[in-house]
Amino acid sequence: METAMRQTWAFLFRGYHITRRYIGWVIVFNFYALVTSATVALIGVAAKDYQMTLTLVVGALLWNYLSWLYQEISMSIAYERWEGTLEYTFMAPVSRSVHLLGVSLFSLLNSIVTSVIVLLGLMAFTDLNLRGANLPGVFVVLVVSTLAFVGLGLFAAVFPVMSAERGAEATHIFQGSLLLVSGVYYPIDVLPGWMQPLSAISPATYTLSACRKLFGVGSPASTPELLAGAPLSAVTHELLILALMGAILLPLGLMTFVRVEAWAKRTGKLKRTG
Amino acid sequence: MQQPAIQVRNLRKSFRKRTGFRKHSELWAVDNVSFSVAEGETYGLLGPNGSGKSSLIRILSTLLIADSGEVNLLGHSLPEQQEEVRRIIGRVSVDAAFYKKLSARENLLYTALLYGQKAREAEVRVLEILEELGMENAKFSTPLEEMSRGMQQKISIARALMINPPLLLLDEPTTGLDPKSRRDVQSFLERLREREGTTILLTTHDMAEAERLCARIGFLAHGKLVAEGTARALMRRAGADNLDDAFIALTGEDLVADEELATVGD
Repeated sequence: METAMRQTWAFLFRGYHITRRYIGWVIVFNFYALVTSATVALIGVAAKDYQMTLTLVVGALLWNYLSWLYQEISMSIAYERWEGTLEYTFMAPVSRSVHLLGVSLFSLLNSIVTSVIVLLGLMAFTDLNLRGANLPGVFVVLVVSTLAFVGLGLFAAVFPVMSAERGAEATHIFQGSLLLVSGVYYPIDVLPGWMQPLSAISPATYTLSACRKLFGVGSPASTPELLAGAPLSAVTHELLILALMGAILLPLGLMTFVRVEAWAKRTGKLKRTG
Repeated sequence: MQQPAIQVRNLRKSFRKRTGFRKHSELWAVDNVSFSVAEGETYGLLGPNGSGKSSLIRILSTLLIADSGEVNLLGHSLPEQQEEVRRIIGRVSVDAAFYKKLSARENLLYTALLYGQKAREAEVRVLEILEELGMENAKFSTPLEEMSRGMQQKISIARALMINPPLLLLDEPTTGLDPKSRRDVQSFLERLREREGTTILLTTHDMAEAERLCARIGFLAHGKLVAEGTARALMRRAGADNLDDAFIALTGEDLVADEELATVGD
């Protein structure tokens, strides 16, 4: 147990020092996340429609959190391939579950920091009043969604194991597809009919739907001064689906990763560092 | 009879290479190789680029899975007991793979934690190793990207040794080093073998290095182990005055010429 804790800490230690050394880029990425979110939210402000502004703000905030979480986990392997250190991580006597737990924990911390920065920025750009929103409920939904998104991240992390160059591209295509089909900034029913079923398999769809209800988006009782956030019981359906997705995606993602690692060792794919 | 530290029997590894649309050819990187290394022995594998040295080391390091054959490292067989093997091996590869922005200290402490070691104890051991390798303590906090290749390789050796492995797999550890760094590393390995009794498998292009460090040497060509023995026995068998000529005579290949060709090909 002590060994596993030290090994988990190793990934947090590594992540912290890499972040410290690349602090310039970290600031740039967070600035970009803040600016793109504010730009989207200001569309609602320009329309003088607080419901629309709230829809966009919730979308921007949640998308930042979920996409950073997914991206950091899925790209962690690509970063290691670019640095050439992946072989040394794979050669260490650390179980894959501890390895990926460490990576996921650091990604989670990173996502939380970015989300807080974006939230503070959005509050500066809009006159949003969150009084009446069910914030504890939002927290519960985010915790459950995190499991599903960690599972998705683990799934996507296998691409860079398969190919140093193409793998990183594939994780971004997958991330872009989630943004398109999950109803981040618009209702799903504006998507072409053939695309709408895809939204049902994205965990982000349920996270956004639940959080919007909990914020009081679309509720006739909500006013700019006081939002009518729904109780947690109103999002039981979404919570159950998210929990089910997490329960399936987490072990499946880990299992897929282990299988792909074995395949890469049989075919010699680990060697190329890209 | 004492069991060898490394036992490799009939090991084979091939890679599929695309030669056209839906066409593949099979390239044998390791072709029916067998050898054993006694505990505390330093065994050298000599061969040009593409001869299978690195593939062999990567199989022993659990980074490649062989097609067939047996590998046993201090009583643990591969690929079945990868976890156990990872605890007893240290590996140094030709490219010092590190997080280049991080300092030597940060890189090495990360490795120590990854191996479940206490950071403070690991730090003391690493400083001792680096001192023995002739590196100043002041460099410990310098980012790797600001270090010379020789220094990076010394850090790489410290990384492999900080876990105190009974088995050391060295894949061309002195390639590209200046003569002083090369001597430092070679002297250190000699002291290590005498003091700790570490079993070392070393691949190299450098005949003088192989002759100095290795009790026995194996010649690899096109994935096959074509000859093995002490440097003296190999020279006698080939009727040669030096190991270079013995290599040419026994493998039919010129190590230097192949090396240059491979570099141009890269």
